[in-house]
Order: sequence, then C-alpha cells, then structure tokens
Amino acid sequence: MKNKTSFLPKEGEAQPSRCPDNSAFKQQRLPAWKPQLTIASVLSSFFLTGAFCITVGVCLVLSANSVREIQIDYSDKCSDCSKFRENSSNWNKDCQCSVNFTLKEAILGDIFMYYGLQNFYQNHRRYVMSRSDAQLLGRNVNIQRSYCAPFSTYRNGTPMAPCGAIANSIFNDTIDLFYNHNSSVIQVPLLKTGNSWWTDKNVKFRNPDSYNLSSAFAAGTARPPYWQKPVYLLDEEDERNNGYVNDDFIIWMRVSAFATFRNLYRRVRRVRRFAEGLPAGNYTFRISYNFPVARFKGRKHVILSTVVWSGGSNPFLGIAYLVSGSVATLTGFVITGIHLKLRKKKTYFQKQ
Amino acid sequence: MERCAARRAPEEERRVRANAREYNEKFQYASNCIKTSKYNIVTFLPVNLFEQFQEVANTYFLFLLILQLIPQISSLSWFTTIVPLVLVLTITAVKDATDDYFRHKSDNQVNNRQSQVLISGVLRQEQWMNVRVGDIIKLENNQFVAQADLLLLSSSEPHGLCYIETAELDGETNMKVRQAIPVTAELGDISQLACFDGEVICEPPNNKLDKFGGTLYWKENKYPLSNQNMLLRGCVLRNTEWCFGLVIFAGGLKQQLLLCCTEGRERHPLMPSCFPGPDTKLMQNSGRTKFKRTSIDRLMNTLVLWIFGFLVCMGVILAIGNAIWEHEVGVCFQIYLPWDEGVHSAFFSGFLSFWSYIIILNTVVPISLYVSVEVIRLGHSYFINWDKKMYCAKRRTPAEARTTTLNEELGQVEYIFSDKTGTLTQNIMVFSKCSVNGHSYGDVQDMLGHKAELGERPEPVDFSFNPLADPRFQFWDPSLLEAVKLGDLHVHEFFRLLSLCHTVMSEEKSEGELLYKAQSPDEGALVTAARNFGFVFRSRTPKTITVHELGQAITYQLLAILDFNNIRKRMSVIVRSPEGKIRLYCKGADTILLERLHHINQDLTSTTTDHLNEYAGEGLRTLVLAYKDLEENYYKDWSERLHQAGSASEAREDHLARLYDELLGATAIEDKLQQGVPETIAILTLANIKIWVLTGDKQETAVNIGYSCKMLTDDMAEVFVVTGHTVLEVREELRKAREKMMDASRSVCNGFYQEKLSSKLTSVLEAIAGEYALVINGHSLAHALEADMEVEFLETACACKAVICCRVTPLQKAQVVELVKKYKKAVTLAIGDGANDVSMIKTAHIGVGISGQEGIQAVLASDYSFSQFKFLQRLLLVHGRWSYLRMCKFLCYFFYKNFAFTMVHFWFGFFCGFSAQTVYDQYFITLYNIVYTSLPVLAMGVFDQDVPEQRSMEYPKLYEPGQLNLLFNKREFFICIAQGIYTSILMFFIPYGVFADATRDDGAQLADYQSFAVTVATSLVIVVSVQIGLDTGFWTAINHFFIWGSLAAYFTILFTMHSDSLFRMFPNQFRFVGNAQNTLAQPTVWLTIALTTVVCIMPVVAFRFLKLDLKPELSDTVRYTQLVRKKQKTQHRCMRHAGRVGSRRSGYAFSHQEGFGELIMSGKNMRLSSLALSSFAPRPNTSWIETLRKKKGCEGSSAGSPSGAADKTLKV
Repeated sequence: MKNKTSFLPKEGEAQPSRCPDNSAFKQQRLPAWKPQLTIASVLSSFFLTGAFCITVGVCLVLSANSVREIQIDYSDKCSDCSKFRENSSNWNKDCQCSVNFTLKEAILGDIFMYYGLQNFYQNHRRYVMSRSDAQLLGRNVNIQRSYCAPFSTYRNGTPMAPCGAIANSIFNDTIDLFYNHNSSVIQVPLLKTGNSWWTDKNVKFRNPDSYNLSSAFAAGTARPPYWQKPVYLLDEEDERNNGYVNDDFIIWMRVSAFATFRNLYRRVRRVRRFAEGLPAGNYTFRISYNFPVARFKGRKHVILSTVVWSGGSNPFLGIAYLVSGSVATLTGFVITGIHLKLRKKKTYFQKQ
Repeated sequence: MERCAARRAPEEERRVRANAREYNEKFQYASNCIKTSKYNIVTFLPVNLFEQFQEVANTYFLFLLILQLIPQISSLSWFTTIVPLVLVLTITAVKDATDDYFRHKSDNQVNNRQSQVLISGVLRQEQWMNVRVGDIIKLENNQFVAQADLLLLSSSEPHGLCYIETAELDGETNMKVRQAIPVTAELGDISQLACFDGEVICEPPNNKLDKFGGTLYWKENKYPLSNQNMLLRGCVLRNTEWCFGLVIFAGGLKQQLLLCCTEGRERHPLMPSCFPGPDTKLMQNSGRTKFKRTSIDRLMNTLVLWIFGFLVCMGVILAIGNAIWEHEVGVCFQIYLPWDEGVHSAFFSGFLSFWSYIIILNTVVPISLYVSVEVIRLGHSYFINWDKKMYCAKRRTPAEARTTTLNEELGQVEYIFSDKTGTLTQNIMVFSKCSVNGHSYGDVQDMLGHKAELGERPEPVDFSFNPLADPRFQFWDPSLLEAVKLGDLHVHEFFRLLSLCHTVMSEEKSEGELLYKAQSPDEGALVTAARNFGFVFRSRTPKTITVHELGQAITYQLLAILDFNNIRKRMSVIVRSPEGKIRLYCKGADTILLERLHHINQDLTSTTTDHLNEYAGEGLRTLVLAYKDLEENYYKDWSERLHQAGSASEAREDHLARLYDELLGATAIEDKLQQGVPETIAILTLANIKIWVLTGDKQETAVNIGYSCKMLTDDMAEVFVVTGHTVLEVREELRKAREKMMDASRSVCNGFYQEKLSSKLTSVLEAIAGEYALVINGHSLAHALEADMEVEFLETACACKAVICCRVTPLQKAQVVELVKKYKKAVTLAIGDGANDVSMIKTAHIGVGISGQEGIQAVLASDYSFSQFKFLQRLLLVHGRWSYLRMCKFLCYFFYKNFAFTMVHFWFGFFCGFSAQTVYDQYFITLYNIVYTSLPVLAMGVFDQDVPEQRSMEYPKLYEPGQLNLLFNKREFFICIAQGIYTSILMFFIPYGVFADATRDDGAQLADYQSFAVTVATSLVIVVSVQIGLDTGFWTAINHFFIWGSLAAYFTILFTMHSDSLFRMFPNQFRFVGNAQNTLAQPTVWLTIALTTVVCIMPVVAFRFLKLDLKPELSDTVRYTQLVRKKQKTQHRCMRHAGRVGSRRSGYAFSHQEGFGELIMSGKNMRLSSLALSSFAPRPNTSWIETLRKKKGCEGSSAGSPSGAADKTLKV
C-alpha cells in the first residue's frame, strides 16, 4: 500500500521503477524558513512589546480617568419597598421610593443610565439555556420541547410568551430621574430606545406577524408568572418598542457573563437644559420598586456614567497594560544582563 | 476466492497417500490457501465498528455521548462529541479498509502463485492455493521450497541426491545434502511418478526443524523416513536441476511453528495461540502477532489515565462547589431559577453537576489525540518509503515502513541486534589476497592507499588467456598472474594445491563451461581462483582428479581425502602425481598448521605470519597451505593402519603427518561485507547505540566479521570469549570478565567518567572509553540465559562495547533480545534477513528486515525493511530522530493546547455557580480540536526539522536525547500542563477583569456572556496559534498555509456562525447571531486579546531563550553554528578511513562443517558416465550416507531442543 508513488518507467526498463520520486516534498527538502531565537530578536521583541504596552496602558488609564460615573446602591435606601416586595401577596401593588444625590460639577457629554445587579446569576447554565430563540423570533413554535421549563406553560397548557427563566425574571423597576432646580422639579428626558445592538433589535427579536400586537399575543399565550403586564404592553407609547422588540426586554435577554453586572437602562436625551449633559445640582431618582433582590442577597444599583473610546470607567485594562509593559521591559534588561554575564562562557563553547 | 479450510481436530498421526486427493481429503488437512484479510464487504462495517469500540478511547467517547443525551446532565449539545467521534471512526475505518484491501490483494497474489504440480499424470501449472497434501510437485534449481514441507522423491542427481541451502531456516550458509529413499529415487519421469501411490504415515505437524519420523508404505513394503528425506519449506534448492517432492505438510507448518514457538509461547503444536490454523499461515508473518507499542504510546496511555484522574478530581471539586453553592445561594435563587424536576437536594444537584463537568472538561483528553498521532506516524512512514537515499538501485527495492506505529521509537534505539550472514555480510566469498613463498599478492594499487569500493578500483586482471576462466572472478594484482606465467614453482605449487585439495565437485555442461558445487563458499572461491590462474579443476572420480594445469590436462590419483572438521581445523588430500610421487596437500587454520611445520624455514614462516596478520587485520579469512612429500612405504604403512582402524579414523592424520615439510603460503578470502557496514557501525556506535551480533555462524567467523566491520578493534582493551560448557564455567568466565573491567575502570578511568558526563555537551565527537567486547557461543549462552544467571550475563554484556553471540539458535536470539528488553528498559532493534531472524525481529521493539534478497520471511515479520544494512543509520539517525522529535513536540503542544482550552471552564465554574456553563460557544468547542488547532500542529508533527539531515549524520550525538527520553517524559508533560493551566488562567481572568462592570464605547453593556465567550475564544485561538508558530522550527509553505489558514478559518467560521441567515434558519442553534461583528468591533476587546497574547507568550519566549542561551542542547548548537557559519565547511568528519594494523591471529576460512569428502571417496554422487571412466573398486556403498545421516541426526537433535542450545562446535 505504501508505494503508489512513482510509476515513471526508466529508460529501457520494461518494469516500472520502484525508485521514489526525487521531489523536494518526498525527500523532505522543502524550502523552509527556520526562525531561531537570537539575542537580537528576543531583546527587540521584549523592548518593543514593553514600549507598546506602556503606551497603551498610559492611554487607557488617562481615558478611563476622564470618565465620570455616579453609582448609587438603592437596595438599602428603599428598604421599606424591599420588605414590601418580600411579601408575595403584594406582587401587583406599586411601591415607590426616591433616592437623592447631588452633582457638584456638571457631567458633560453623553450620559448613560444603568441599573446594576449584584449576585444575580445570569450566567447559570440552566438560566442561560432557559429561553426559546425561535419564539422570540416571532415564530409559532412548540415551546414544550424547548428548554424553557419550568417557565414554558401554565398548568392549563397556555404557553408563556415569552417563555423561560430569563424572560420571567426581567428587571422591572422603573427609574426616573428628576432635576431639582430652584425648588422646581424637572424630569430629565431619557431615551428608552436605541440602547440595544442593531442585530438584536432587527434580527434576533421579532414580533409575531399579526394585524396588531395584542391580538398576536393575547390569543393563546399568557404573560410569564412574574410579569405585571403582558409582553405586548411593555411600551404602549411606541409600537416599535413593544412586544419582543422592546429594548429593555432585549437587553435583559442578553445575559451577562457574571453574577455582577450592569445593563444599560436609559440614555439622557440631550435637549434644552440637558443639551450639554447633566448640570450641577440636586437630583432625585424616583424608583418604582418591583424587582425583589433581598431574597437572594442581591443588591441593586442605579448608575450614571459617561463613555470614552475604551468604554466606561474600568481601570483594569490600563493598569494591566502598564504592569505587563513594565515587566516586559524589565525582563528585557534581565535577559541582557544574563546574556552579557555568560557570554564569555558561551563563545568559548561555540568555538569547540 | 474460495473459502479456506476450516479448523479441524488435533491429529495423532498423519496419513498421506500420493496422488490421491480424494483419499487425503477425508483427513481435512490444511490446504495451502491463505487468508490474512479480516473483512469482506458485508462484514466490514459491523466488525470494524466492533473492533474500534474495543478501543478504550472510543468507548469512553461513546459513554460521553450517552451522558450528553440525559437532559439534566447535558451541558453540551450532542454534536460536540459525535462530530469528532464520527470523524475519528471514519478515518480509522478508511485506514483499516485500505489495509484490508491490500491484504486481500497480497492474499490473492500468494494464493495464485504458480507451481508445477503433477495432476493425473500431467505436470501442470497450478495455483499455489490449490496445492494439496499428497500432491507431487516439481522444484527447479535455485527455487525456494516455498509451498510446503516435502518428501523428496527423486531428483536430477544420481541416487536421488539433492542439495539444499537452509540459510533461511537456521542461518547456516553451507549446503546440505538430502537424499530420496532408494525406491523412489528411481522414479525419474512423470509417468512413473504419476503411478506412485505410496502412503506416508508420519508424525503430526510439529515444530522440530530437524526431526522427522515416518514410514512409507509402498508395494507392501515399509520404508523408514527421516529428516534426511525431507525438504522443509524455506530451503533453497542448489546445484540440483530439478527434484520431485510429495507434499506432506501443506502451508509450511514446521516453519510456522518454529516462528510462533520462538516467541516463547507454550509449545503445544495445536494450541490455538500457537497454531492459528494453517489457513492463516502467512498471518504469522505478515500480520502482527504481537501488537507492538512504542514507549511513547505507553507513556501517553499512562498520561491519559492521569489526565482522566485529574478530570475526575476537577469534576469532584466542581461538584462539591455546586452542592455548596446550591445549598447556600441556589436555594435563595430558586424563585428565579427553580431546580430541575427530580432534583430535591443540593447534594443531588452536585452529583449531576459532576457528570456535566465530566462532559465539559473531557476535552483535556481529546479524542483527536490518537487519530492525530496516527496521522503523523503515517506521514513519517511515507517519508521513509519515499526516501531516495534508502533506495537500493541494484536490488530495486525502496525502504518500506511496514508498520506505521513505531516511527518515533526509531529515535530512541539503544540496542541493535544484528544477524550476520546476509545482513552484515553479503554471503559472497572472494579470493582476495595470497601470500606465496613470502611474497604477498593482491594489494590493490589505490591512490588513496586504502581499500576502496569496487567501482573505484583500477582495471581487474585480464584472464582472457585462459579459456576456462570464470568471467565473474576478479583480481586486481597483475603480479600474481605474471608470476604464474613466469613459471614460479612456488606459485604453481600453490595453485596446484588449491586445485587439488578440496571437496568441490565439478560439472561440465558443455565444453569449457564448468560449474563448481562447493560445500562452502570459501572453498568455491579458492578453487575458482586456481581455475582462473590456470590450474583448472576439471573433473573428479572417486580415485582421480583431473586438472588442467596451464592448458595441459593432468590426472592425479586421489589416494585419500582427510576432510575438514572442527577439531583438526584443516583438510588434506593425498595424491599421486603422474610422475608417481605421493604428496600430501593440506590447507587449514594457521594456528594448527604453523605449529606443525618443520622449523627449518623460520624466515618464511615469520614473513607468512606477518602477511597473515595483515590479512586478518583487514578482516579477511585466512588459510595456510602446506604440503609434504610422502615416501611410498610410509603411505602404505599408514593406509594399512587406516583400514584396520577404520572407525577410529579421527586421529588418522596425526599418525600420518605430525609435521609438514613445506609451507606454501596463505590465502585470504574476503567475506564480503555489505556496502558501508563499518561506517554505519561506527556512526551508530558514536550515537551511543550498542550493537550486538547474534549469528548462527561459528565463533571464528563471527569474530572475524566483528573485526572486519570494525565492531571489534585492536584498540579494545580486551575481548572476552565465553565458551564454557557448564554453568559453573560460564559463571566463572563472566565473573572474571566483570572483574577485569571493574579493575581497569577503577585504576585508569577513575574520574574520566565523571568528566565525560559533565562535559557531555562540550565535545560533539567524544572518544568512547573503556572498550571491551564479549564473545559468547550458543552453548554458554544457554547457561547464561538461565534465570539465575541472566542478570549477571546482561550486566557483563552491557558493560562491553560490542557483544557477539555465535552459534545461537533462533530461539536464543529472541531470548537475548527479551533479556535486554526486560532488564534494560531500553528500546531494542533487531535486524536480519532470514527466517532464523524472525523470532528476534518479532521480539524486539523494532524489527528490521533486509529485503531484496531471496527470503521474505524476515521482511514479512519486520516493521521496516530495506535492502542494505547501511540504510539503518539513515533510518535511525534521520528518520527516527526526526520522528521522535516531531512526536514529542506534537504531544507537548497538544496537551498544552487542550489544557489551555479546557481549564477555562474550571475557572469559570467558580463564577457561574458551578453550573457547568461553558465559556465558549458549543460550536467552538466542537471545532476547536478538529478545525482550528489541528492542522498547524499536524504540519509541525509531520514536517518539523531541527537540524538538516546531514547534520544528524555528522553529529551522531544528536541522537542521544531520544535514548535518554528527554524530549517527552513526565517532567516535560507537567511543564506543558503547567503552561496550559497558566494560559487558561490568564485567558479567563484577564477578560474577566476587563469585562466586569465595563461598558462598550456606545454605552451598552460589554460583559454579556456571548461577547465574553467570543473574546476568550478569539484570544485562545490567537494564543495557541502564536504558540505553534513559536514551536514550529521549520516553516515550510505547508506550515504557513495551515497556521494562517487556521486563523482565517476561525474568523470565517466565526462570522458565518454568527451571521443573520444561519440564525434565521436555526434560531435555537445559532444563538450568537450578530455577536462577532458587535464584539470584535470594540477596541477594548482587541486590546484584551492583545494583552492576553502578550502575557501568555512572553514568558515562554523568555524561558526558551534563556534555556537556549545558558544550557543549549546539542541540536541548538548545531542550529546556531549552522546559522553563523553557513559558508564554512564543517571540519568534523566522523569517519576516518584509516588502515588498521592488525595484531590479531586470523580466523580461518572453512566456516562450515565437514564437507563432501566421504561422499566423494564413496563415489556416490558421481554420474554414471564419469564413473564408467574410472576404475574404482566399489566399497560398501551404504556406509557414507549412514555416517552422514548419523551425524546429521545427532547434530539435529541437539540443535532442535531449544533449551539445550545446539553446540555445533561439538559435532565432528
């Protein structure tokens, strides 16, 4: 079986030659680049890497420092509401609470408002699985066979829309921001659309095709058990932000990689008084407290932040770059030292 | 193809009737049909799958697959396991199918081989598989007795004699005589044979090569049969035009049994393990009887078990974590994420999570490991097959890797066990030099002053003056011919002796076309030399010898032949010349002859001795020639006494001539070595490989070859010869040898060894110290191999530089190999060409067969075959070394990349509630091992080279890392694992640090699960690609293509998997829609990837460079020097062709046993025509063959018993 190789008959030979081909491939003589670790290449790579890392690190740290961020933990500040929510009989009663804060300086530029959750395991395997993308694509599918259980159907067989643990546990606090200006309270205008990825909004999530949304959902489906209102009433003002394509819903459905995370909630609409950002002064978050976190020892935050090219204010990357850059440079020097110190021995050896 | 015969009950005795197929059929004897193939079209799929699932690895993955079908456990989709599994099964099945196809083909070829069978009175060409027991077949000269064991019925020679060579069976190169029993010997023509209906009743098939017992019943008479009447499979017919034989054992049972029993198994002839059915006869040879595994295989299996243990540990840790988490946190979280149905406690959840994690983490033991290893080995095998430098143009045979599983072990060989005849030597004797009357002839005037290869020599001497000259004979010194022509009396007498004193028989087919039938090739060479120099031995009768002396026919009267034997070590003839003078001619070993010379001519004796030493130093086999004139009375006296003491003839010559008058000279015969043997041995020795020669030949011959191929040298401190006959003697001899070596090393080399070890790297071609050699014969070896002495023997032998075992049986060869394997834990390689080497070829880790010669048994049993011993250096130093290097690099990288890949899940477990959530997309998990990272490492495993091939020949020391197992061992494995785990930590925690609380540049959340998955996967692919780039030392276009191609494939597949259209088709399968373009558009993500890469790779670069800088391996240095002094020529030359000045007394020619002397004197073998011419008185004509038979019988019985190893030096 080995020799299917060459059947080139030699001159004057009746039988085919069994001599192997004299090709570079078969004789293992292919031209090749043979890189070697030389002192020059190693040192230059270390110093260049060092320089690159330090430069990037400095840029990252500087830009991360320019980010303004305000983070408020309101799980304690709204302890009344928190206790109120622990009693499940109150599930459809409203509980409002206010959180005040003061801006000493104005925050300029685009301002993003996030809600942050701690200790909420969105990355748990069973949680991550528990959804039906086909359903969210507006298709009429049998969610019995999907991974939505136990949040797929009610006992009477009515399927949940949307189904699954993720959808069921949607973050349903409403947070409004008010600017207290000379004893008048101005609501800061917030944008609730345009916060999600284009692909999510336009490809991944689709409402069922129907004459109107309510008829599409109301017939044969029911809201998930923890929801206060059905999916087609998520945003009654904006048809394009309702149903499965609701931005808040889409963002919630993009599960986080870790148990502590923040999701984009609103953007400050830069009009009138807030055209430059948020001016200095006193502000109030008015929160409709619906999402219980005490039971799983979770915490809730509301965050205001600006953004630079490298994202929000996370100093880790910059510092990591600075450290790696310094270590690379230092290693470069150490290698130089070791090499020089032992060079004598080495040349002696190579003369051998 | 028709079905081969089924198995049958054990037989007590065998009855075979000639020319009676129907009769024989009822015994259901084995037919000649062979079947080595395993499958046919229908059975292929089920049988092959069944076989494949017997592999632990495959079953394991099947088990994982079943686990994945349980929804509570399933942490991955079913296809992540099934795709690789199906791929692996398919590749293996395709390989098996091709193998089996070729087996079918070779079966057919063998079964359809033609042979001449006598069927219903007509000689017909019949296919081999159709030859049945009881058939009569015809063999022709130089044909292999390939079909079966035959009972010789008749032959072209008188008295039903026929000559065979049994080199294939026992390694002895001399010819043996077989004779048909007289009643059948007359059945010369086909019609008579067709009527022959004798019935043979004989012993059942057994393994004894030299015993046969049976009776022929024919025409109401009984004739006893013995081994003397048998032609065993594997013999070659020589000097016999044709012969007829009756098939007794089809399928060469004896042969096969010999083979399987030498493997040390139980020797019951019909035990299934030992006797797999004659149908599968070739299976014994071509199929692997024992599955050979390489040490890396075994290590790999151990490591895989360890990894499996590690996997279970990780599973347990994470399961405990899961139980705790569910108990502490999960319980509170139940409102959002209730436990699955049936899960009521945290403990049970932990139990399920254990299995889930086993599924996820199974990629630490990747299924693709085994198949990749196979692919790499296959590639290496092809490179061996394709190697032009291992192609022998003369025999038109390329090297062949017959197994594809042992390649890297070729780079680790420490012991080579070599056969002599046919392997080291060509088994061609050439009259090379002679010394006549103190003058030495035969030196080649070579410009370089050393012996050159044939092609480089000047024109050979022209023998055209002599019409009877053998055109194949070549001689390069014209002065000898001149001396003949000038009428130098000594030279004339010298050649006269050579033409008279021998037992060669001549045959003259037509005028001037002489054919010599020599009992040993040495004798043939001598008589041929005399023939060419004008002293042509023409013909002989029992009483006369006719010689053409320089064109003139002279008939000498032959008075006596005193044949050669091992004790006297010489042979003599007494002839009466036409003038009436009686003269005794003698040739023999110098040790014997020189001391029997008259001491009148001291000068001549000493000159001749000098010449002898010189010849011996060149490794030539020498003989001393002498003669003595006898008085008429003296001869009569002697001859009378001889008649009286006919049986006690051993001492008869001593009575005749204690002293020889005249020393004539000496001859030197070259036992031609295979090309390049000394060089190869020298290089292999430099590579620290120990070479042991195991030969069935005599001690003198073996030692002689040891010298000529430079295994033994005069520089050696001592050559220990162990020839003890009893256990005590052998033990004593071994002890003495050890003591001597210890003393010497204590006194002389004290410190030297220390120095040698520490300065291992400083000298590329260091001198080898403490040279000793051990020569042991088969008889002593039998004792030495006994359980209580074997360790002692091994220690002694291993302390020696060279070991020669002579007179060993095939079984002993295997035992020696087994011994070294057992205690030394070293990789052994056995190389040989004949059937007698099969046992050791099969026993050794690697068996190499010399192909292109007549026999194929060794090749069939071997793992590698090529046609020249010298290719061994290339096989080991180039192919073996590279294979080892590549395999080690491959394994290191492979374990590294899988740990780096898998361990990320472990770290993630601590952040996702130990819920067995994977970090990556399931498609990435499926494709990582089979698409994204498989090809670059395969390319490295197939193509990588650290130093060019010439360098590994120039610096044999480069071979050492393989022997010491330095490149892949447990330590290296842990380093790889550590690197993998280090990478996985960075791979997880750097993105974790970056992503926690981070937002994208458009304000949206960055740390969503899918973006994290893509980031980690991308950085992983990039890191392992950079790492393979760093590991690859030899970037061919293919490597470039695979490495860049893999990266390109990753991104292409990533974007395809995340594309809108795929999602629309399968929304539940491709959930990562839009992820790639959204995530990879983020500068932060790329910065994270870059940082991960830098942090993972830079420490590796630093460590590698420092290691290279401070403690370079030899290969690094060679590479470096290569780089620095590209133009300079290396001054290192391993081989110095220095002529060796010998101080050793020669081994004498006549390597073999007693010749045909008695046969000649009896006149048995003379043709009637020549007999008619002679006037000899018939002697009692049975005596000679009886004695011969007796001798064969006793020698046979001693050789046959495996434990009591034949001591052939004893036989007389």
